[in-house]
Amino acid sequence: MPEGMGVSALPGARAGGLAVVREPGLQGMVSLKLDLTAGWAAPGVMAATGHAVPGQRQITRIGQGAVAWMAPDELLFFCPHAQADVLVAALSDALKDRHHLAVNMSDARVLFAIEGPGTREVLAKRMPVDVHPDSFAPGQMRRTRLAQVPAAVWMTGPQAARVVCARSVARYAFDTLALAAQQGGAVGVY
Amino acid sequence: MLILRCPYCGVHADETELTPGGEAHLTRPGPGASDDDFEGYLFRRRNPRGVHFERWCHTCGCGKWFHAARCTVTHQVFGTYSAQTTEPPGAIIAAIRARRPDWTPT
Amino acid sequence: MSTRLARGGRYLDRSRPLAFTFNGRRMHGLAGDTLASALLANGQMLVGRSFKYHRPRGIVAAGVEEPNALVNLGAGGRFEPNQRATTTELFDGLTARSQNHWPGLGFDIGALGGLAARVLPAGFYYKTFIHPRPFWKHVFEPVLRQSAGLGAAPRERDADRYEHFHVFTDTLIIGGGVAGLHAAKQAGAAGRRVLLLEQSAHWGGRGPVDGGRIDGMPIDDWVNVTLHTLNDMPNVTLRARITGAGVYDHGYVLGYERVADHAPDAGGPRHRLWRIRAARVITATGAIERPLSFAGNDVPGVMLASALRDYVVNYGVSAGERTVIVTNNDDAYRTAIALQRAGLSVPCIVDARPDSSGVLPAQARALGIRVKTGTAIAGVKGRRRVAGVALCRHAGTGTVTERIACDVVAMSGGWSPVVHLWSHCGGKLIWDAAAAHFRPDPAQPPTNQAGDGFVRAVGAANGDLHLSGILPGGTAPAEAPPVPVWMMPLGADIGKRARMWLDYQNDVKVTDVQLAAQEGYESVEHAKRYTTLGMATDQGKLGNINGLAVLSDALKAPVPQVGTTTFRPPYTPISMGAIAGEARGHVFQPIRRTPIHDWHTAQGAVFEPVGLWRRPYCFPRPGECRADAVMREVTGARTRLGLFDASTLGKILVKGPDAGRFMDMLYTNMMSTLQPGRCRYGLMCNENGFLMDDGVVARLDDTTFLAHTTTGGAGHVHAHMESWLQCEWWDWQVYTADVTEQWAQIAVVGPKARAVLEKLGWNLGARALPLMAWAEGRIGAFDVRVFRISFSGELSFEVAVPASQGRALWDALLEAGAEFNATPYGTEAMHVMRAEKGFIMIGDETDGTVTPQDLGLGWAISRKKADYLGKRAQARRHMTDPDRWRLVGLQTLDGTVLPDGAYALAKGENSAGQRNTQGRVTSSYHSPTLGCGIAMGLVKHGPDRMGEVLAFSTTDGGTVLARIVSPVFYDPKGTAQNA
Repeated sequence: MPEGMGVSALPGARAGGLAVVREPGLQGMVSLKLDLTAGWAAPGVMAATGHAVPGQRQITRIGQGAVAWMAPDELLFFCPHAQADVLVAALSDALKDRHHLAVNMSDARVLFAIEGPGTREVLAKRMPVDVHPDSFAPGQMRRTRLAQVPAAVWMTGPQAARVVCARSVARYAFDTLALAAQQGGAVGVY
Repeated sequence: MLILRCPYCGVHADETELTPGGEAHLTRPGPGASDDDFEGYLFRRRNPRGVHFERWCHTCGCGKWFHAARCTVTHQVFGTYSAQTTEPPGAIIAAIRARRPDWTPT
Repeated sequence: MSTRLARGGRYLDRSRPLAFTFNGRRMHGLAGDTLASALLANGQMLVGRSFKYHRPRGIVAAGVEEPNALVNLGAGGRFEPNQRATTTELFDGLTARSQNHWPGLGFDIGALGGLAARVLPAGFYYKTFIHPRPFWKHVFEPVLRQSAGLGAAPRERDADRYEHFHVFTDTLIIGGGVAGLHAAKQAGAAGRRVLLLEQSAHWGGRGPVDGGRIDGMPIDDWVNVTLHTLNDMPNVTLRARITGAGVYDHGYVLGYERVADHAPDAGGPRHRLWRIRAARVITATGAIERPLSFAGNDVPGVMLASALRDYVVNYGVSAGERTVIVTNNDDAYRTAIALQRAGLSVPCIVDARPDSSGVLPAQARALGIRVKTGTAIAGVKGRRRVAGVALCRHAGTGTVTERIACDVVAMSGGWSPVVHLWSHCGGKLIWDAAAAHFRPDPAQPPTNQAGDGFVRAVGAANGDLHLSGILPGGTAPAEAPPVPVWMMPLGADIGKRARMWLDYQNDVKVTDVQLAAQEGYESVEHAKRYTTLGMATDQGKLGNINGLAVLSDALKAPVPQVGTTTFRPPYTPISMGAIAGEARGHVFQPIRRTPIHDWHTAQGAVFEPVGLWRRPYCFPRPGECRADAVMREVTGARTRLGLFDASTLGKILVKGPDAGRFMDMLYTNMMSTLQPGRCRYGLMCNENGFLMDDGVVARLDDTTFLAHTTTGGAGHVHAHMESWLQCEWWDWQVYTADVTEQWAQIAVVGPKARAVLEKLGWNLGARALPLMAWAEGRIGAFDVRVFRISFSGELSFEVAVPASQGRALWDALLEAGAEFNATPYGTEAMHVMRAEKGFIMIGDETDGTVTPQDLGLGWAISRKKADYLGKRAQARRHMTDPDRWRLVGLQTLDGTVLPDGAYALAKGENSAGQRNTQGRVTSSYHSPTLGCGIAMGLVKHGPDRMGEVLAFSTTDGGTVLARIVSPVFYDPKGTAQNA
């Protein structure tokens, strides 16, 4: 694909208030299904990606990349958008003799960043999750419901979160997050 | 308003993250099944007042199906367990008996 | 006349006057007022009319239990009916109107009906409006509807926004009175995460008004010190203006926060619904005072004794100048003392008890207040305002012994613990005979997921009405126990009993409950519905226990045996906006959009919902109607080049060593034999044997299939696959992934389809990709997968690119296709073309009761396979019935379009007297290609009846004649799609 031809779901979308909600642009995402309990799983993942397999519901970061535990048989890799197919190829190669499924999901998803003092409250308005700092700290990955759509959310700092959901509902997800972040809506709990 | 712990990802999931799947441990009869057996498999379901074994899916979560042993009257949950089993494990049966000594599996 | 006092008012800021209007009259209040206290301060006691008799109604209470003071609040987009004046905080510019009267509050025509109160007893409606039957629909109901309802329904869209908030806590305490604050301090000190909710704007509850000392301090001081302590605990959160609305299973609690009702222009959400998960819940919800049942107890000016002192102490408002107090307990003496200290006249305390010698009565007597024991009120003088009372012996029949002029009657029948939240989730109650109230039974609490009790009641909510019972350092004057008084005097005749109100809003009187009992309504739930006792907006907070006691007396059964009606959430009404939260307007539901959606919008596409997707139905040009646009689009695709956004099509990857075996179970036909590089149309049935989805399967490689599903089907087909893999065939090595949204897919359709792709730079190896094959490669700059499949009957390529390139490919195709007059087409043109070809559509030809065999798709059912989902079911007797309706084409004799869903008539009637039918229309369109109406339908023995003419019914009672023909109307040899 030539440079600049690909576009994310809501390029440049940004709304501010208790926290800033924005769409940072295309993000490489590769889904890998495999038996994480198998002895060959971790070495294979390490060989292909340099990542260790994270623990249950953990997300770990190396440089521009990250890997998240999504299910007992599923990991999600984050990488630069242009690298996703390369990563799929590397995983497929490293695991070629093993039952697995590696697939580029970058364009099936949209990524949002939520940043600012109201980040946790914005999340708490839309997700049935305990986002108290004691319960939800950076390094944890939580798949849940964002208002009416499935989503995955994790903290990247004390006042910063990332949310991933389906690309087709990007407008809905952005609008509902922006509404939650609207000025005047501070709850004053987090 | 239930909370069920997903045995796969460990999340104590709010009911709104879950999808119910009805009675657990149904046996799928093969193509040679009798009419009566097949009708039972398709349509006849237990509806107990008390301990019940159910299927649930962590839809807005890890996407895994799991089983739950739950009292349909009080909503007490005796435990959740793997979907890859044809009957409730011993630990679940023990947990039920500990709280409901009169209960017998049927 | 009620008025503002020169001094007092704990809540008031006398430096901040506020202006408001009531029924258009301009009035003034103070910051800290409620609407009720401000109305009283302006001399406005009369606030509304009762529901049934339109009796004049005054303010009775000072809190959530108020039954009368309901007003229409605000205007326009902020209009809201039935708002309780006693809990409405006053703000500058508030506008309120009284309800349920015409033409005015002071003079109401409906009140004349009150003269007929004697002929409108309990159950009157049930008995009267039954015969003749048709009268209910045409006469009674329309007339009764006119008089039903209290406030007016809003006419404008709600101007405010609302939201939900999820929060998790170890300990949730509901109620910020002394008991709640004490519980918070204990739980906070134990290190738990504590959330303390108070429904009002103020902390401390009744304590500061009722008096006493804690740890040697006046209550106000203790409250302040405690608030300081709690605010310093990082693990404790204190929130005012949040009502604990309901307690549900597994520690789920709803909190209803009025964020901006008191400050409507603050810019935030108006209400916030707190969706709380608490490991344990402590209800510190206090108690509510009961009225007394005496003749005329509904006349404006008759109020709860506690409310009267609340108005004096908290709001600096007197409800009147001369107050007679009537009681069965010591607590009401506090009101007498408070009024006397405020300089108001208390001519007499009427105590039904034979003796009153406690500490509080002694204090009252010491202040010079006259106390008459063993005495009751025989009647109240006055209609729109109390003018005086007549006294009698409580133990007698009501012979008047004395008359006293007064403008307020303060009544106290004892206190009922607020057990609602304890009861919502199954907590049981016990009857405390000594205190004459129900209180929580600690042995039978509501239970959580572990089967353990998770709610505890404390303070007055637990029946501990005395400060010393609530916390160790609490001291207050000792009180003698109340004597239950359910009616006064004891021997009141029917004339008096018919004027003793139990439910002020719904006009339920002692005689109504007695009549219900007499007519056999022994269950309290039945008596409630028959009399409407407790069904008003206060949900019986004030009058239910009195009503129960009257019922138990009439049934000659003890109170606990009669029991209470069920306490259901919410505790007080919550707004519909709070329930809906943010889900309204543009975020009412998630709308799914393809990567090309914005182009469709810019072109003025007419959208139609397909599941949650919005797909272009057609693209009308200026001056073009929809039907014309569809015809143009069909013709464009059939004669030149059509472009169709097929991105919504479901795409599911199925991979693994057992993928072929799994696909063979999912589909009725054989998929494991499909060669890589090839596509096959497949049918998917559920275990009932009915067709659930269809689509083209492409084999990507030896172990990988790509299953296309219908637009609406992707989600549930993927879930269906996972369900079978996880729960039935978990030892099969198969992984699935729903990659629907990873790809944008564009159908390039028509005689010029190949030409436009070649123009863009076809680079897919062999030039002639055969029908039902797919290839991967590049078209120009795009990485594509091309599927040579046709749902239109034309030469057709479905080109898939990663979604991020979807719009760019669409634009490139439009540009390259300009020379071929490329026509973007919508779902309706797609439907017309597939119907012309006789292709079925899931959801049109199927409805969950149709088998592949019904649709003539037997060719797609493998007979070689031992098993597939639905196979056994398809052998069931009903499924093999030769009389099942089967798919045919239908062509009207006059060329018109058959009504969709119309039935083919047959001779005779069925057992229900309905006309027999022999078929129905499943799809019907005007075909521009054929120039006439075409349809598909399911007809009994249909394929065996080619050429036969059937009569189809129309909705206006007429019939349309149509001939049974082959469902393939266009190009039956497939010349075009094979080109």
